[in-house]
Amino acid sequence: MERRASVGLLSVLFFGIAMLYVPILVLIGYSFNASPLVNVWGGFSTAWYRQLLHNRQLLEAALLSLEVAVAASTGAIVLGTLAAISLVRFARFPGRLLLTGMVNAPLVMPEIITGITQLLLFVSMVQLMGWPHRGLTTIVLSHVTFCTAYVTITVQSRLQSADRSLEEAAQDLGATPARAFLEVTLPIIAPAIIASWLLCFTLSLDDLVISSFVAGPGASTLPMVIYSKVKLGVSPDINALASLIVCGVAVCIIASRLLMMRSERRRALEAVEARPPGP
Amino acid sequence: MTRTWRPGRWLIILPPLLFLLVFFLIPFAFAFKISFAEAAPRVPPFTDVISFTADHHLRIAISLGNYRYLLTDEVYGIAYLYSLRTAFFSTLICLLLGYPMAYAIARAPRSAQGLLLLIIMLPFWTSFLLRVYALEGIIRDTGFLNTMLLHLGLISQPLHIMRTSLAVYLGIIYSYLPFMVLPLFATLEKLDPTLLEAAADLGSTPWRAFMDITLPLSIPGMIAGSLLVFIPAVGEFVIPSLLGGPNQLMIGRVLWDEFFGNHDWPVAAAVAIAFLLLLVGPIAIYQYYNVRQLEA
Repeated sequence: MERRASVGLLSVLFFGIAMLYVPILVLIGYSFNASPLVNVWGGFSTAWYRQLLHNRQLLEAALLSLEVAVAASTGAIVLGTLAAISLVRFARFPGRLLLTGMVNAPLVMPEIITGITQLLLFVSMVQLMGWPHRGLTTIVLSHVTFCTAYVTITVQSRLQSADRSLEEAAQDLGATPARAFLEVTLPIIAPAIIASWLLCFTLSLDDLVISSFVAGPGASTLPMVIYSKVKLGVSPDINALASLIVCGVAVCIIASRLLMMRSERRRALEAVEARPPGP
Repeated sequence: MTRTWRPGRWLIILPPLLFLLVFFLIPFAFAFKISFAEAAPRVPPFTDVISFTADHHLRIAISLGNYRYLLTDEVYGIAYLYSLRTAFFSTLICLLLGYPMAYAIARAPRSAQGLLLLIIMLPFWTSFLLRVYALEGIIRDTGFLNTMLLHLGLISQPLHIMRTSLAVYLGIIYSYLPFMVLPLFATLEKLDPTLLEAAADLGSTPWRAFMDITLPLSIPGMIAGSLLVFIPAVGEFVIPSLLGGPNQLMIGRVLWDEFFGNHDWPVAAAVAIAFLLLLVGPIAIYQYYNVRQLEA
């Protein structure tokens, strides 16, 4: 592609980016507003942030959400990595098409449909076998489901580009296939696994619709509490909370990006160094 | 690829396969079954479709009432059409706005592309609910936009954007724009620049070359981006619920109200199944053939 963009194109790009960022920046600005009225600037204050520390309901919900996010992302990287290995390394096996479909479908399924169908599964399972009761367990199970899809896609593409000959060399030197995989290929795909753990963590932390269906009456995740508060109108302590979450997530994402980029650059360098000197 | 770890490979394949089977695919079977039940004041709040009578006979009680209700109560038809219309026009506007953005990124120096993509991607990973909430802070009657416009003297009365269809459109475009830009960028970036050079050598104006070469070749990206915006937009719940008013009835919101408001789980299940068949089914089939065509 020609490396030149016209003024018109650049201004649309700039407009689009501004549209994406202005609301968040305004929100962060409001969170430091001393006045509880959102349209009046009452001076700089961190009172709303301090108030958050005393809101038991929010703190409990935040704790539940963090527990769910850690458990779900950890479960998802195990299942997603296994699914990626299956799809990349095993050319044919019964159920391959099924697995491909089930890995891709959650990415396009409207959340509201996933939510209600999973809830109906859970209540039917309770009727049949007395497990799982709605709460932490069901939220984690449903988050693992959609997170697994994201992990598989990310790890799959990294695994596809991984050099197979290194693993074969390890096997020629007497390593068992499992050991060759663990010692040679796993370190290569590790950055993709860590990056997808972080992405799953943010996705899980953010989920409102699916959690609302499967959580049951006893448990409320942070987005559920935020939603019920926001439904009543704009409130300054939610501004503060939202600013914290948005900044935290941004740091996570940028960190995972840098991680991927750094390891890619290192691999590119290694490839250059490994190449025999030219004629 | 016949490897030595043949028996062991099922240890790798089975866990994700079984997990997704049980927690992703089988739930649809349960939803399908329960969509034929009737609401009942018990736990869980619906009648058994399949049960055993006291003398161990299998009893199947199928009620088509829920589907009949979907066809006769006009709320569902209205919500379905409104969802389709809103998703369609939002997708169109995302395409018109996202195309030049993707094009500008594709033409930017390679060193800047990574950063620009990160800037586009970042909001996509940031909390969806909080971004909708942030937008409310902009467009509400006492929000940032009205405060600014009143301050500048451009308007004398605040603009009423909240609780209108405009608010829902803004919400969807704001939330899903990154989904449109990324696949468009992916196709535009792969475009062979020599084609455009050849067209220019043969006397094409840049506009003509764009219309004849770039636009047709970027159709796969346009389709991919449009599907990524359209599908979640049709099923959207948070945006019409927080930004829309009572008239902005979308199918996701109807399903939510049926479930949480009326506690009618079987009707909610029937809405989900009908929605799936009417919308997601055709798109999935289209995608399947699209992928097969690309692989062939």
